[in-house]
Amino acid sequence: MAAGKILAFVERRDGQVKRPSLEVVSTARSLADPRGAEVEAVALGPGAHGHAESLGAHGADRLLTAEDPHLELYAPEAYAATLAEVARRRGAGVVLLPGTTMGRDLAPRVAARLGTGCLSDLVEVELADDGTLRGRRPVYSGKAYARVAIPRARPAVATLRPNVFPAASRGRGPAEVVAVESALPAERIRVRAARVERAVEQELDVAEASIIVSGGRGLKAPENFSLVRDLASALGGAVGASRAVVDEGWIPHAHQVGQTGKVVSPGLYVACGISGAIQHLAGMSTARVIVAINKDPDAPIFKVADYGIVGDLFEVLPKLTRAIRDLKSEG
Amino acid sequence: MKILVGIKHVPHTETKIKIAADGVSLDDSGVKMVVSPYDEYALEEALRIRDSRGGGEVVVVSAGGDGAQASLRQGLAMGADRALLIKDARYDRADGLARARALAAVARSEKPDVILLGKYGVGADENQTGAMLAELLDLPHAGGISALDLADGRFTARREIEGAVEIMEGTLPAVLTADKGLNDPRYPSLKGIMAAKKKPLEVKTLEELGLDPSDLAEGLRVVWESLELPAPRQAGRILQGDADEAVSELVRLLREQARVV
Repeated sequence: MAAGKILAFVERRDGQVKRPSLEVVSTARSLADPRGAEVEAVALGPGAHGHAESLGAHGADRLLTAEDPHLELYAPEAYAATLAEVARRRGAGVVLLPGTTMGRDLAPRVAARLGTGCLSDLVEVELADDGTLRGRRPVYSGKAYARVAIPRARPAVATLRPNVFPAASRGRGPAEVVAVESALPAERIRVRAARVERAVEQELDVAEASIIVSGGRGLKAPENFSLVRDLASALGGAVGASRAVVDEGWIPHAHQVGQTGKVVSPGLYVACGISGAIQHLAGMSTARVIVAINKDPDAPIFKVADYGIVGDLFEVLPKLTRAIRDLKSEG
Repeated sequence: MKILVGIKHVPHTETKIKIAADGVSLDDSGVKMVVSPYDEYALEEALRIRDSRGGGEVVVVSAGGDGAQASLRQGLAMGADRALLIKDARYDRADGLARARALAAVARSEKPDVILLGKYGVGADENQTGAMLAELLDLPHAGGISALDLADGRFTARREIEGAVEIMEGTLPAVLTADKGLNDPRYPSLKGIMAAKKKPLEVKTLEELGLDPSDLAEGLRVVWESLELPAPRQAGRILQGDADEAVSELVRLLREQARVV
């Protein structure tokens, strides 16, 4: 049986391709290889052909590009129509997208257009011989995992959680570029990203970061978040927060980790003054290494922490920041 | 302006997860069920739009078993004008597309100017129904919005993306899904709760809505094969000594044992 192609949607922002999309291409290659299937990357917007080399190296046989200027910024209807049309024409058995804000917004729209199923936010994925896409995904904000599958509907659509899958360069040559057309003319687009506003000081997003330092009520006042920021900056990580302090308005919701915030899986998570409510633990307990700093030795956060310091964070955090800076300056 | 708000009836976010004997569903004994928190932002926004314009109608709709009536009543108590249940207990486990098709059937007969939902129903955490609904209805959508302006048949919405904010502009009618930060949902007042008892709550079957029951057949699209609890983390070490000692031991462990710095 000829294996259907595996399509990998590549998200472009400011003309750049970020790591979650490389993870998708690389994972598509791993699924394709045992079955002799082809991997086709799809990238939209002007200049998309410029990624042929890096996407090829990560595993794409071909790079399908629609370079219409109206696809430069995210336009849900046009992106979905184009990706669905490509999936149909190219005979895709599987369509993978990064589990980024864009990917998770786009994937269901594509799936609905194709009348098929969509698996969201997979942390494991496999492709069975009969073409069934199967995976594992966090549910109940990470308090449980579901094993899910699409046994019949085709193509099977799925998003992959960023930071979980490898983005291996395989030393392959550039992908063959194939131009396709936008499936929706500009005048029929009824919604689009008019612009993207970046914070004045570019902040690393918790969903993308491999190191996160989070603060909670133990910081006592919003201005004390500077202690968390300093440590995050020394570690090269992102700043996270508990729901309690987001609700207090100490820091914007974008930083919230846990249920009704972001579910994260960094390599290192440092919880400062966070007691560890069940909703917060659900959002971060898949971190590889967890450090907790809290003055209450009975705080639930210590039950999941690999390393704990029971102490006054106002004393511990500055010392820790200094120690990390010293370590980094030694190289 | 008529606004349709999709509501999902879900386990409270504080629920401790126990897996039922079938190995794939949640043991819901003693579990408190609530309106999914993101749907509360959606409903609050709908109520504010209606009230700021001095008129219009807010209709809450849910697909699910009889239990979902409690969440619809909660929506009425918050201030919605009427409610509609698409009744079939299989929706509690249905995939995004089946749920979107159910809501689409209602939207086709109600013809709202705006459809608001939460960005996802907590629990399944899929983030699918809103975008799928928009595609089925051939409408524009903006997902996970934290600010919204409506004027002259158009919307402007902000949504948080990785490290930035994306401003989405589009035309109405549209499907919009709410993120936290959009507003601060109200608690139903006692008066609201009393009034809700008299507001209309219509229960419709799939047949009445022209929906195909075979769309809810097991195995059609997304199948949940099993549910499992994450491997429990082992509590680690509490580092002893004063702050200086604990910090230098921590840095040593992060470098030498965990190799993360």
